Amino acid sequence: MNFTLRVWRQNGPVSPGEFEVHEVADIDPDASFLEMLDVLNERLISGGSEPVAFDSDCREGICGACSLTIDGVPHGPGQATTCQVFMREFDDGSTISIEPFRNSAFPVLRDLVVDRSAFDRIIEAGGFISVGSGPKPEPNATPIHPATQQSAMDASICIGCGACVAACPNGAAMLFTGAKVTHLNVLPQGEPERHHRARAMVRQMDDEGFGGCTNTGECQQVCPQKISIKVIGELNREYRLAILEKLRRRRGPLRPQ
Amino acid sequence: MTLEDGIPDAPLEETWRTWLDGHKLVGPRQRSEYHVIVVGTGLAGASAAATLAGLGYKVESFCYQDSARRAHSIAAQGGINATKDYANEGDSVQRLFVDTMKGGDFRAREGNVWRLAELSTNIIDQAVAQGVPFNREYGGHLATRSFGGVLVERTFYCRGQTGQQLLLGAYQALQKEVAAGHATVNTRHEMLDVVVEDGRARGIIVRDLVSGEISRHAADAVVLATGGYCNVYYLSTNAKGCNVTATWRAHKRGAGFANPCFTQIHPTCIPQSGEYQSKLTLMSESLRNDGRVWVPREPGDDRAPADVPEAERYYYLEERYPRYGNLVPRDVASRAAKIVCDEGHGVGTTGRAVYMDFLDAIREVGHEAIEGRYGNLFELYERITGESPWEVPMRIYPAPHYSMGGLWVDYRLETTIPGLFAIGEANFSDHGANRLGASAMMQCLADGYFIVPHTVTDYLSRLSDHPDSNTTAFDEAEKQVRDKLDRLLSVGGVTPAPVFHRELGNVMLDRCGITRDGEGLRDAIGKVAAIREEFWRDVRVTASGGELNQALEYAGRVADFLELAELMCRDALERDESCGCHLREEHQSEEGEPRRDDKRFAHASVWQYQGPDADHSHAREGLEFEEIEPVARSYR
Repeated sequence: MNFTLRVWRQNGPVSPGEFEVHEVADIDPDASFLEMLDVLNERLISGGSEPVAFDSDCREGICGACSLTIDGVPHGPGQATTCQVFMREFDDGSTISIEPFRNSAFPVLRDLVVDRSAFDRIIEAGGFISVGSGPKPEPNATPIHPATQQSAMDASICIGCGACVAACPNGAAMLFTGAKVTHLNVLPQGEPERHHRARAMVRQMDDEGFGGCTNTGECQQVCPQKISIKVIGELNREYRLAILEKLRRRRGPLRPQ
Repeated sequence: MTLEDGIPDAPLEETWRTWLDGHKLVGPRQRSEYHVIVVGTGLAGASAAATLAGLGYKVESFCYQDSARRAHSIAAQGGINATKDYANEGDSVQRLFVDTMKGGDFRAREGNVWRLAELSTNIIDQAVAQGVPFNREYGGHLATRSFGGVLVERTFYCRGQTGQQLLLGAYQALQKEVAAGHATVNTRHEMLDVVVEDGRARGIIVRDLVSGEISRHAADAVVLATGGYCNVYYLSTNAKGCNVTATWRAHKRGAGFANPCFTQIHPTCIPQSGEYQSKLTLMSESLRNDGRVWVPREPGDDRAPADVPEAERYYYLEERYPRYGNLVPRDVASRAAKIVCDEGHGVGTTGRAVYMDFLDAIREVGHEAIEGRYGNLFELYERITGESPWEVPMRIYPAPHYSMGGLWVDYRLETTIPGLFAIGEANFSDHGANRLGASAMMQCLADGYFIVPHTVTDYLSRLSDHPDSNTTAFDEAEKQVRDKLDRLLSVGGVTPAPVFHRELGNVMLDRCGITRDGEGLRDAIGKVAAIREEFWRDVRVTASGGELNQALEYAGRVADFLELAELMCRDALERDESCGCHLREEHQSEEGEPRRDDKRFAHASVWQYQGPDADHSHAREGLEFEEIEPVARSYR
């Protein structure tokens, strides 16, 4: 198959960027999108030009590294990670435009590579259960209903790719944050820190410059893990509960003064 | 080089307790004075970094990915073993120990394997406390399933994404320590050398992959958790970025490399579709619980699978191994697939594939049950191949997956360089000549959460001074790193690095893959040397070192693979026996089963670097079997 690619090139976070046009010929329909870019890069290097920088690692849809906006859609067609998009999904001879994930909280490092460390900082704010390493109680002493476990799992499968942010007209990170809060807050292990977690993660999300949710729903349309927008409802609920808890705590300790 | 295993003199079941009771401690108030570097943020690295930071040491962690959450442990699908015996099958530490020793074809160290089996249950407890959502039974208790090479259900799982969930547990624990100020994570940094001073590891040299800046990092101890080297084959199930660079550079600084030829070829991967493809996607071994593996009985039969009547199907695993059937260990399943394809039974366009068929299982237990077990794997398969396993059998073929070999370590997981530790897939310690399914994550987390934090403590307690990065050893290491990068950038050739990588992979798969023989290995050594020479004459790396330059990163990794590959072939040649994954065609039974030679080869081969112009020296760590009698491995 043959394609015309419009590829975003940019030297660094503050340099201006532009689209560069490349013709790629003789691509196997069963090649993945990233393998097609590998082929392009090899040809560019052979010809003495600089290859296009892009992130990828596991190439099986789970690490969350790959992050291309293809024809305006984060990860492109098929609601899967960029590495799981195949050239047979495009028309022979078509023109494809390739950009990085766009959001001001994800600065471009080079070409199609962006900095998503804001996500790590949101996790740092409270996306964990505070246990150290060492002997722990027998897990079966606390039975967990399989439906609860499955709900936790439906949220915890988030791969942290950032497509939800790139798709959102407000540049919100609510699907990402909501998924982690849901995962940890539905489980009994997450209960003691649930209020602090919701508040701290939302605060960090705001500090990073992400926008707010207006229920447009584009995030769940592009999420390769098909995480439901319901986790945003969960996040809002947890956040309100946390605020109420904070008000209650203002009364001070329950013991007589 | 001394190869003392350092296992305390005690009955096997008491060795770890004995070691723990005897090791020296560092007081809580002193810990923040000690600096520990952990390279790699997979299951082993993240769990070690989080635990060491939790103890109060100052931890600096490094990874080449853009976040600590992305290391390739995340792709482990099937599960993690633990001897909880929830299924009431009489499972025990002893049984997991025996299965692992036997699975590794008696080429692992008894003491390490026993400790691994012993710690397996703690890992499950730890992970559940962190909120890892393991699958549950209706009563709310943890669910288990079985895996290749064993006859009990001891594998815990989170759907088909167990590695992801366990890694997120460790990653979150690490980010918690970052927030607490005990740890820093340097993402997009690649370690390019270990600094050794007065015979001890004193720090590392790293390259910032965004700015290209080279920097020095001194530490009291260095832990390498940098994974395996199966990308030496070009084709593999590893992530694109997986590489041998950290362990290889440590090796060139004096760390012994053990059993480099022990690489596992995983039997159930989606076959390659074209030469541009290096990444092969693995289909979890757990699928073999319900998937029946077959090929047409008549060689060259190219009918669609549905048109091949039952009587004309060759269920070769079930026929050849009636006791274990489709659940034989990985090395056995991979060889069997190669043999039937060599005999012309293979299917698909290339003839290098076999069927894994779920239609019987769907009929027996229903669509819903199968969907619950493997739904996401079926989707993954359909996405990649465009074929639905609900309607046609999957096509699978073996692919390089895991390296049992790695840096030699003693019982404390310390390499032959004092102060340099290696954990997880980066070391050689626990899996012998073949790893059983669901054991990799177990080893990584045992090493990271429960072993290396104590052994590093013991090491630190004996130190009398802290390192300084303004020394000649650091100057010299930094200069070598800069020189090597400059050399890569100034070859002035015309061929991109992936071309050499493909050539190398072809030679290695052909000569040092599922089967090996003396003549082929000697031939491969020459070919690898020739590719290496050509690489340094003709590689083209564009742009400069002072910027984000993925072509430069890739070329550096290929350069190291080109050196490692030769050592793998030498090791495979020296090991003139068959064991586990290492099948020398000269040493097999009439049925094609490997024949071990315990008299000559009951040892780990440890190779020592002797400089660029000399051959490696070779030493042996003898393996003694006190608890278990080495027997011929049989899964029939």
